[in-house]
Amino acid sequence: MAQLEPPTAQRGYQILSSRDLDAQTLEVAMGPHHPSTHGVFRMDVVLDGETVTKLKPVFGYLHRNHEKIAENTSWIGSMPYTDRLDYFCSLTSNWAYALSVEKLCGITVPERAEYLRVILAELTRLANHACLAGFFVNDLGAMGTPLLYALREREKILDLFEWISGARMMCNFMRFGGCRNDAPEGWLAATRKLVAHFPSFLDEYDRLLTGNEIILARTQGIGILSSALAIDSAMSGPCLRASGVNYDIRKVDAYGIYNRFNFRVPLGDHGDCYDRMMLRLLEMRESLSILEQALKEIPEGSVQNSAVKIRNFKPPKGECYGRIETPKGELGFFLISDGGTSPYRYRIRPPSFINLTVLEDMCLGQKLADAVTILGSIDIVLGEVDR
Amino acid sequence: MMCTLAATFNPDRVLVGLAEWVTNALSAWPALSSLALILMSTVPLVAIFPGCFAVATWLERKGLGRFQNRIGPNRTGPFGLLQPAADGIKMLLKEDIVPAQADKFFHFWAPILAVVPAFLVLAVIPFGRQMVPAQLDIGVLYFFGVGSMSTLVVFVAGWASRNKYSMLGGMRAIAQVVSYEAALVLAAVPPIMAAGSMNTAHIVESQIVAEWVSGGNILVQNAGSLLGWHVFTPWGFCGFLLFFVASLAELNRSPFDLPEADSELVAGHLTEFSGFKYALFFLAEYVNLFAIAALAATLYLGGWSGPNFFWPAGLAESAPPAALVPGFVWLFAKMFAMLGVMIWIRATFPRLRVDQLMGFAWKFLLPLALANIVSAAFFIRLPWWAAWPISLGLSFGAYAALCVVNRQKGIGPREYRYA
Repeated sequence: MAQLEPPTAQRGYQILSSRDLDAQTLEVAMGPHHPSTHGVFRMDVVLDGETVTKLKPVFGYLHRNHEKIAENTSWIGSMPYTDRLDYFCSLTSNWAYALSVEKLCGITVPERAEYLRVILAELTRLANHACLAGFFVNDLGAMGTPLLYALREREKILDLFEWISGARMMCNFMRFGGCRNDAPEGWLAATRKLVAHFPSFLDEYDRLLTGNEIILARTQGIGILSSALAIDSAMSGPCLRASGVNYDIRKVDAYGIYNRFNFRVPLGDHGDCYDRMMLRLLEMRESLSILEQALKEIPEGSVQNSAVKIRNFKPPKGECYGRIETPKGELGFFLISDGGTSPYRYRIRPPSFINLTVLEDMCLGQKLADAVTILGSIDIVLGEVDR
Repeated sequence: MMCTLAATFNPDRVLVGLAEWVTNALSAWPALSSLALILMSTVPLVAIFPGCFAVATWLERKGLGRFQNRIGPNRTGPFGLLQPAADGIKMLLKEDIVPAQADKFFHFWAPILAVVPAFLVLAVIPFGRQMVPAQLDIGVLYFFGVGSMSTLVVFVAGWASRNKYSMLGGMRAIAQVVSYEAALVLAAVPPIMAAGSMNTAHIVESQIVAEWVSGGNILVQNAGSLLGWHVFTPWGFCGFLLFFVASLAELNRSPFDLPEADSELVAGHLTEFSGFKYALFFLAEYVNLFAIAALAATLYLGGWSGPNFFWPAGLAESAPPAALVPGFVWLFAKMFAMLGVMIWIRATFPRLRVDQLMGFAWKFLLPLALANIVSAAFFIRLPWWAAWPISLGLSFGAYAALCVVNRQKGIGPREYRYA
């Protein structure tokens, strides 16, 4: 056995004197236990004074082996797991998975179920964006007041979710070819009432916060993402549209019955934190208009395609990619079926994860406090990033 | 009726009379008498202010709760009033964690050193007529000199914890307080000019228009200003706001709470302190808050004097109703009113960024404070018909000019397009 050599210059090591050390910069590991990394996320930040000179996102602390579990369980068995992807928006995750399987098997969905899905997805968008608007101002350092105003609105939506699905957050509501159950008596009326009252929250938020001097100074021109970089890095959702790219899958794919509704897609011109925040607020107003139309037009009928087998569900051999526009961006499921009772390959394209890849580009040269703001404006959920 | 009651019983004099009675009773033993005087002026402070701290934490939590659509603490006693006691017990029972790499000596001493200057500065606050614990002719200077020690302690705490968040918090604290201390001291200069003294008791007395003295005689002082308190003059209004804003930064309170910015630095310099050490820092913070609020009241809001400005001199033979309330009640009412505003601000505003914070101090507050001193000088020297327009013009002109100069370009509400 060769003798171990001491670490000297000959072996490529250099013993540094304190003069050679870079004492100008400070490396801070922000997270995984940090109040504003939105979960167990870590940013390894190199600071020069207060300026960020390097930033490395580190994730995986919440990895749960979602994809492999789904490949070892029945097709419908992983539906509850999709709740845990983006636990703020379980219903849209459900829909993305159901939509992908329906595409794989060519299953049709009854009218009423389509409407119910749109209503639930847009309610989810309201809940998510309201929450984001609150958390974002919290990241800016407001003592939780805007957050709690936003959570108050979210609670009302969660009450509706609980009423229809039995769970506030882990709804597990969509099924292949429809929804698990019809809306209970009075649910649609309550939803109409919520939709009628929701604009008052948005007006209040606009009045109190969007013109606030400190918010303007803290968010405008901060974390600019160019449209070219946004496209190159496969960003999606409000972050992409804040950079001025007109790409909303509800319009592009018109999945479900979105082509029946009249709504606009707001676009930002600057791609900074303020645009990303404002786009969410504007999208909430559009969601409300979709909800109004859907609640007016929803037909009677069954909510489940009765031809779809529940037990021993086996899609034909083949592969497909299904995607929808979740509140955070493009959520896609790439599924390969070998004709068996479980997927051969089950792959998720999570919007939070892919939107996170440009974090360093947006943060370089900004202050430490801005890094927190920028992370908040991307809107990530670690359940989806780490899967 | 009011007059006779007041003539026989003056609530303002009760505590001073008690102190005089004790010292007279002990006059045969001079050493004992002076010891009694020292104890009588210090023990109540050390007893009352932790109590105020408890009330303040309850008020803050309850107030924040109401601002945020919550109820706030309500499990401990009626309206959650025993919450501070529960918090105190919890803090005492918590494990005292010292990081392995910490500088143990300073980690131990920092919380204690934080409390000491907070109480020391109370010595020059006039809590009522003849109720100044220490009559210092350099009272205001002493306040700032001793008070700035607490900043050093923040840095010691941050450095001793051997934690990067703590150190960043400590560095921010030094930068911030050095910047805002300048504006704070300059904002305190005009009342000193008006009173011609740094003695805090004299500054209060200079703001009393019509002073009622036992027996119904009305003594007119400081007839030069329309209303007694300095805050009702142009330079005083401007100066009070300056002082208040700068003191928010000095106290690390929102929106200037960068040293302990919880969304960036976890808890800044407090990150590595737990249990009673944390409680001591908290105590120091709130006693500092009360001390600065008391100084702001002393300088601009007439200190312990009641709102007797609607009692024109020579109008009435009776006492102004405000004089029936002891001076310390007025002072504490003013302090708690300021605390209320601070809680309101904390519940409302987001935080500034570190460069914006420094810019605000050096580019806005400091020039405005300097202009305000000039404005006050004109006001004090000129007859009232010339003083008011000149002072108004100088203070508010400077404010408007600085607003224009400091306006950030390209920042404002935006219009959005739809695809």
